[in-house]
Amino acid sequence: MIQTEKLVRKFGTTVAVDSLTLQVAEGEVFGFLGPNGAGKTTTVRMLTCLIAPTSGSAVVNGYRVGRDDRQIRRSVGILTETPGLYDTLSAERNLQIYASLYEVESPAAQIDKYLHMLGLWERRLDAAATLSKGMKQKLAIARSLLHEPRVLFLDEPTASLDPEAAHIVHDFILELRRQGRTIFLCTHNLDEADRLCDRIGLFKTRLVAVDTPARLRTQLFGRRVVVHLSQAEQGLADSVARLPFVKSIQVVDNKLVLDVEDPESNNPALVRTLVGLGAQVQFVGELRRPLQDVYLQFIRNA
Amino acid sequence: MDKIKTIVLKEWAEVFRNQLVLFTVVFMPLMFAAIPIGILFTTRGATANELMSQVPKGVSELCPPGLSLAECFQVYMLSQFMLLFMLTPLMVPVNIAAYSVVGEKTSRSLEPLLATPITTYELLIGKNLAAVIPAVLATWLSFGVYAIGARLMISNPRVVAALFAPVWLLAVLLVGPLLAILSVNFSLMVSSRVNDARVAEQLSAVVILPLLVLFFGQIAGIVLVNRRMMLILSLILAALDAVMLWIGTRLFQRESILVRWR
Repeated sequence: MIQTEKLVRKFGTTVAVDSLTLQVAEGEVFGFLGPNGAGKTTTVRMLTCLIAPTSGSAVVNGYRVGRDDRQIRRSVGILTETPGLYDTLSAERNLQIYASLYEVESPAAQIDKYLHMLGLWERRLDAAATLSKGMKQKLAIARSLLHEPRVLFLDEPTASLDPEAAHIVHDFILELRRQGRTIFLCTHNLDEADRLCDRIGLFKTRLVAVDTPARLRTQLFGRRVVVHLSQAEQGLADSVARLPFVKSIQVVDNKLVLDVEDPESNNPALVRTLVGLGAQVQFVGELRRPLQDVYLQFIRNA
Repeated sequence: MDKIKTIVLKEWAEVFRNQLVLFTVVFMPLMFAAIPIGILFTTRGATANELMSQVPKGVSELCPPGLSLAECFQVYMLSQFMLLFMLTPLMVPVNIAAYSVVGEKTSRSLEPLLATPITTYELLIGKNLAAVIPAVLATWLSFGVYAIGARLMISNPRVVAALFAPVWLLAVLLVGPLLAILSVNFSLMVSSRVNDARVAEQLSAVVILPLLVLFFGQIAGIVLVNRRMMLILSLILAALDAVMLWIGTRLFQRESILVRWR
């Protein structure tokens, strides 16, 4: 759905995006993560034909950037970093303008649909300026969906939203994923990326890493299992350490923290061994490193 | 065509909520109509010799034969103020057009707008018409008010006929709209290159200067506006408008407008 090949954008001598090669499949939610000034917005602008690449190529929704710009603009939706609404006009009027610009076939029906879907119906006649930040963001999302694009670019969709408003936007993104839309999500919010994205790309002028959040964690930190016991002793840990799949083991309070190769296949044997040694197992779970650790590790080394 | 209409209606919906702009569009043209009517009213009782002593010598050329000196003065007065109706289409749209692009930059609405399938040409034509139409209508309205007021002040129908002389009809009906287009194109160019609405308005006002030269030139008796001059001016303006629109479309580079704006 989105394909880039050695995409480069320079501003004078400054390289904003360096040789970006990337594929985003249809129906995928792809998280594009990176620090401020990493070139994320520049990438989105190139892929939505707002600015031209210096070199390289990109295909969006089957159309080539630089050659089929109008078709790309027609077929994608974009939520820009700031909502960019016409503040003096009503929510409904804002949508009417964009429905016309996107040549929506049944504008009234589409506007009603998204006003209802995003909980804006009651405020449709109010000036955009009077809406809360969350509502403005939802209105901007509605605006980007009026023409039912199959590909959606969301640039910081929950930035500066309160947790409740962010939650509503998250749920809406999940709904869009269920509808099979391709979503390119630029975000600083690592929990958001972890929760919503099928894959993430860590980006700092160039693509540092790209994979599912789980695989990126494994790649950096392996897989860690935590076993809660009624009482954990070092002798027990030493016995468990002899199991072939255990790479390392620590005792922390009444917990054993183990690095193992494949928890799904190793855990049954681990539990059997512990029970055989007389340990009383309370819980077994995977200790997930926060995505922040993964992000910082990759970005600092970039 | 629908996209152009959408832009025009959007601009009007936004701009006419600003009472200052509404004031400029309505009040200034009406003031331009009221001033000459007021002068005609106050000079009604003056003697012909008093009046003609204030008038440049070349002005007698403007007088249709058979008019009295006092009537000749009225024709002179009318012709002086006619240039105000050429000033209106230059000044009125500046407020609308100067804010047009820079306003979208400051409200951050330009990026989502440029991300739609609208072409630069459609966008500029839409913004152009949104400023030109009110300016032309305001000019014609104030000319109408002026014509009615002058008719009530002036008893001689030949003097009134001078008000509707081809040179002034040309000025109001053709040169006015052409000047409005020129003013708007210039203002849009400025608006797309600067990042501050106040700077855009100040720079856009420069377009009024050449007409002020004509205005004061006529008052001083250096320039006498006639039909030939007005026809030449129309042709020059038409050509200038076409060139300005072409340059404006090329200068309106979506990319640099977005990238340079912070």
